[in-house]
Order: sequence, then structure tokens, then C-alpha cells
Amino acid sequence: MKYISEFRCSELAEGLIHQIHRKSKTPVRFMEFCGGHTVTIFKYGIRQVLPKAIEMVSGPGCPVCVTANADLDKAIALAQIPDVIITTFGDMLKVPGSRSSLQKAKADGADVRMVYSTMDALEIAEDNPTKSVVFLGIGFETTAPTIAVSVLQAEDKGIKNYYVLSMHKLCPPIIRAILDSGEVKLDGLICPGHVSAIIGSHPWEFISQDYNIPCVVSGFEPLDILQCVDMLVTQIENSESKVEIAYKRGVRPEGNQQALKLMDEVFELCPAQWRGIGEVAATGLKLRKQYQRFDAEVAFEIEPGPACEPKGCICGEVLRGVKTPLDCQLFRKVCTPQSPVGPCMVSSEGSCSAHYLYGGDFGGQNSARSRQRGKASPRAYKTKLC
Amino acid sequence: MDFRGRLAFTTDSYVVSPIFFPGGDIGKLAVCGTVNDLSMAGAKPLYLSLSFIIEEGLPLSELSQIVDSIQKTAEGAGVEIVTGDTKVVNRGSADKLFINTAGVGVIPKGVDISGNNARPGDKVILSGTIGDHGIAVLSKREGLSFSTKLESDCAPLNGLVEDMLKASSNIHCLRDPTRGGLATTLNEFAEQSKVGIRIEEDRIPIREEVLGACEMLGLDPVYIANEGKLIAIVAAEDAEKILEAMQANRYGKDASIIGEVTAENPGRVVMKTCLGASRIVDMLVGDPLPRIC
Repeated sequence: MKYISEFRCSELAEGLIHQIHRKSKTPVRFMEFCGGHTVTIFKYGIRQVLPKAIEMVSGPGCPVCVTANADLDKAIALAQIPDVIITTFGDMLKVPGSRSSLQKAKADGADVRMVYSTMDALEIAEDNPTKSVVFLGIGFETTAPTIAVSVLQAEDKGIKNYYVLSMHKLCPPIIRAILDSGEVKLDGLICPGHVSAIIGSHPWEFISQDYNIPCVVSGFEPLDILQCVDMLVTQIENSESKVEIAYKRGVRPEGNQQALKLMDEVFELCPAQWRGIGEVAATGLKLRKQYQRFDAEVAFEIEPGPACEPKGCICGEVLRGVKTPLDCQLFRKVCTPQSPVGPCMVSSEGSCSAHYLYGGDFGGQNSARSRQRGKASPRAYKTKLC
Repeated sequence: MDFRGRLAFTTDSYVVSPIFFPGGDIGKLAVCGTVNDLSMAGAKPLYLSLSFIIEEGLPLSELSQIVDSIQKTAEGAGVEIVTGDTKVVNRGSADKLFINTAGVGVIPKGVDISGNNARPGDKVILSGTIGDHGIAVLSKREGLSFSTKLESDCAPLNGLVEDMLKASSNIHCLRDPTRGGLATTLNEFAEQSKVGIRIEEDRIPIREEVLGACEMLGLDPVYIANEGKLIAIVAAEDAEKILEAMQANRYGKDASIIGEVTAENPGRVVMKTCLGASRIVDMLVGDPLPRIC
């Protein structure tokens, strides 16, 4: 068992696709919450092989994309404080805030370093005792435990120059907010695999119980997604709504208790700003009082100025599943991976990026589609101003 | 000296970090890279120049190990290093060692290989597994070390090209998919030749270790660099003959026909996925950045 090629096997996929076509009768709309799933769906052309009765919409599960400009602006403002080293996961570098990006701040002389782990950020703090090292805490329940560990280690080791700008967000409550808004009618939810590896499958049960929507936790390979869709279709056709796991090699119903304990030790609930959704109570994580000395927002005076969104960008609506990138007037004309306007085009897990890179509208026929590779329209500059 | 045919001349610079990596080092890479640049024009590589820019403090033992590796690789590839230069710069002005090279070769009569030459109906051949070099180097990079038995595929491909040309001169395009990987090279062919290229995911040889590392880091193997692989676009009628010649060479033993050139979708590379669906394979934009979760 090597866990990758087996889950990309053509013959098995063919069987599953056939099975889904056989079972699927009711027209349904499924949302994949997670950006990782969105990428798999586009990369392998899963929408093309599913029955017409199944409509797939992408959700808000790309941590970079849902980070509000106000939070990005804070990170960029922190980077401009003398003797501050910003450490961040790579995805964040190119995301445009209201007026700049971390990459631009870096080009202008700020010390911004890409790290692969919070432990690398701690090491940088130890190696630079005269500087302040701020880690940008972006992500869902998946990354929060590793950041909690870095805070606990900083305390154990007596590292006094390590800070976290906590912009963490929680998945289950934002799904509730989306469902309560009534903007998108969903018949099934593909629950995120990595998030569920931490929180387990129990926290999704309110969706099947309160909203009668079937939920299946999926892995990230094409066969995982197909199996998940098959399980959702089976529930629909049997008029059931329950939470199931199609990713048993990664997820247990009770989750990872140790990781949850660490998170709970360091963080407490707080309101969070979601791009396109706004402030939602109890969907964010901030450092508990006893760890406040590691909180970058407490330690530094950050004045990022008023946040504003690029004109014409519909990332917010795309994240709520209300619109698709193809509904955006900027998509592919002004907004491209080379010259991104909104975060969904920047992040490797963003819906716009997946549509652009893998041809979300590509069925093999639309060859006349014009491309402006490398030629940013003069409007691009204006669009980025707010 | 026999200079009959057209002259091919190339130059390149090598700044790889780390300078030693599994399966090679910056010296081997410089010789192979230059030899391969010439070979991809169908030229027989003959003479190379090498210039070293050395950062003060580079241990002599490391330099001597690299020089030995250069000599061994050049001998293996049958090329002569005819001139060179060495400069030492202050600490911090270079990263250990940079190598600039030039290479001269001769393109035999009747050989016409160019990125413009792909025609609908042609077959696309890949000489072996993709992503080995990029992942081997990444695995040793500071801040990202992970353990793998993977080695760089860094190799001189002039012998392989010679064998292919002996089998048939009906080779239209040749290129080694280095930075930007398979996807970028195929897109270059599609744009230059104004044709579409359709490839099949199932036919692309990829090592399990490369797949695993790419999954872990959120990278796509079709964009990962190679240093000992080539992509050939050849006339359909000679494809099998050329493939056989490649498979008989040690650097082409895993060669596979991965797709074909089409008249539809000009400028586009389309991949038939393992599910039988189609997706676009675009150019690489910037450096691939590892994902958050």
C-alpha cells in the first residue's frame, strides 16, 4: 500500500463512476468545503465525469482566500515595523491586501521569510534574539495545533521574542453561517479531510441532524472524492442524512484528541473576519490570556489603515458558493495568476486559480477561448487600487 | 577537427543550492546541462568552457570534489573542456559556487530540430520518470530536509540523442524539461508550433517517491525540474522505431509515448486524466509555493 497511485487507478475509478451514474436519480447540489478538494476536482476533471444531475459548488475552505483584507493589512503593517521578522507559510506571500502584499513589502526591504513549519519560525527567533519574530497564524483547525505547540515550546524554552498573529478560523461554525444565510441550497457536503483528521467527524453531525444534509468526510485523491460522492448519492437516494467517513486512513470519528487538547490549552474562541462573509462570532481563535505575551496584536501597535476590497472582484461570493469564477468579469481578463486581483487567484487552493490552471470550463471544445498570458491589461493597475 | 554541418553554440549558468545533492553536484549539473542544451538542437557536443565564481571560504576539498566530478562527467559524455576561469569573491557576494559554461557542437547535415516543427499527428515521447531532480534537490534544501532514497536524474543525453537520430531523422522537436518541468516544455512546443498537444496522465512515468513528496508539499510533478530527461516530438510513422532505440539506451529505458500533437486547441496542452476527463496543463507561473495544509 503506497497510498497514492492506488487512489488514482483508472479501472477502479471507472467502476465508481459507473456506480454513481447508476444510483444517481435526484438532481442535487454538493459543496466541497475544502480548497484541497476543489483542486482535486478540477485537476482530475471530476465534474466532467459525474452525472448531469449532480452539481458541484466550491466552498470557503481555502485558508488564504478567506483571510480578510483587514487581517492581511495587519500582517503587512507588522512587516514594516523595524526589527520585526515575519515568518509565514508560502501561500500568503503573494496575496494582495488593501494596498500591498507581503511579497511587495519584502521587495521594499521588510524581513519576510517563508517557513515550512512553526518550529522553523521558533528557530529563527532563537537565532535572532535582538529581533521580534512574528508567525502569521493562518489556517483552520489543521494548522492551529502546530501553532499552539510553538507557543508552548516558546514558553518552555523562555523564548521572549516570538509572537503569533492569530488569524485562525474554524470550519464547522462557518458552514452553519453559510447554511443559515440561505443563499446556497445544499443537498450534500464533502467535509474537509485534513481538518477532520484533527476535529474528527462528530463536529459535522449538526449539519445532518439540524439541516438534514448528508455529510461525508473525504480524502484528497480522485478515488476518495468519487467514493465520497457515491456515498452522498447513496444517502440521498435512500433519503438518509448522516455523517460518514470516506477517508478512514486519515480520519477517526473522535479526531486527534492530543491536537485538540493543545489547541484548547493555548487558544480560545473569538469572532473572526471572513472575506465575503464578514465578522462571524465564535469562528476564530485567539491566544488565551495566559499566553497573551505571545500575541502580536497585544505586543505591537498595528495601524494598518482602513481596509478596502478591489473593485469588481467577486472572491467573497465565490467563497460563499453563490458565484463561480466564470461569473467574474475580471477572471482571466484582468485577474490571472501572473497578475492576481483577489486571493482566490493567488492561493494554490483557490477556486479561481483551480479554474484558471486546469480549465474549469474546459470540455475540449472551447479552443477559441482567448488567453492573455503575460499581458496584463492596463485596467489591472486601476483594479488593484481601492 | 571536423566542423561539417551547422555550428551550435550555447551558454548557461549554474547556481544550484545545495551544491551537493543526491545523485550529483553543481559540477556534474553544469557539464550535463551544457551538453544537453547542445544535444537538444540535435548537435553533437564537442567543446565546453567553464568559469567558476567561488565565494570566499568554500573548502578546497569541496572544490576538488566538484572538479573531479566535472572531469568524470565530461569523459563520460565524450566532450572536452578546453578553457576555463576562476574568480573568488567576498563572502556573501556569491553562494558557495556559481559556474558559468559555454559549449560548442555541430549539427549533422539533414537534422532539423526546432520547437517550431511539431505537426498534428506527431507523437510525443518522454524519455523517463519526471521530477527526480527537483525533488532530490528539494529534499536537501535548508529548512525542508526530508529523507528519501531519490537521486537526481542529472545525466548527459548526447548519447541518447545520437541513438535516436540513428534510428530516424524524423525527429521534429527535442527539449530537456528542466526548470518548469514537462508542462512548461510541452506548452513551449504548443505555442511555438501553433499546435495542440494531448497527453495521457496514465502514460507519464513518475516514481512513487516523487508522487509522495509532491503530495506532501502540494506540488505538481509535471512542473518539477528534470536534468536527465528529454521530450521528443517525432513523426508518427517512426515513433515506435525511435522509442525502441531510446529504451535500449540507459538514459531512455523508461521512455514512453505519452501523447500526440493535435490540430485542435492550438497553443494548448490538454491532459486526459486517470478518470478519462480532460484538463488543461498550463505554464508554470512563478515558483511553486508549498501549501498551508
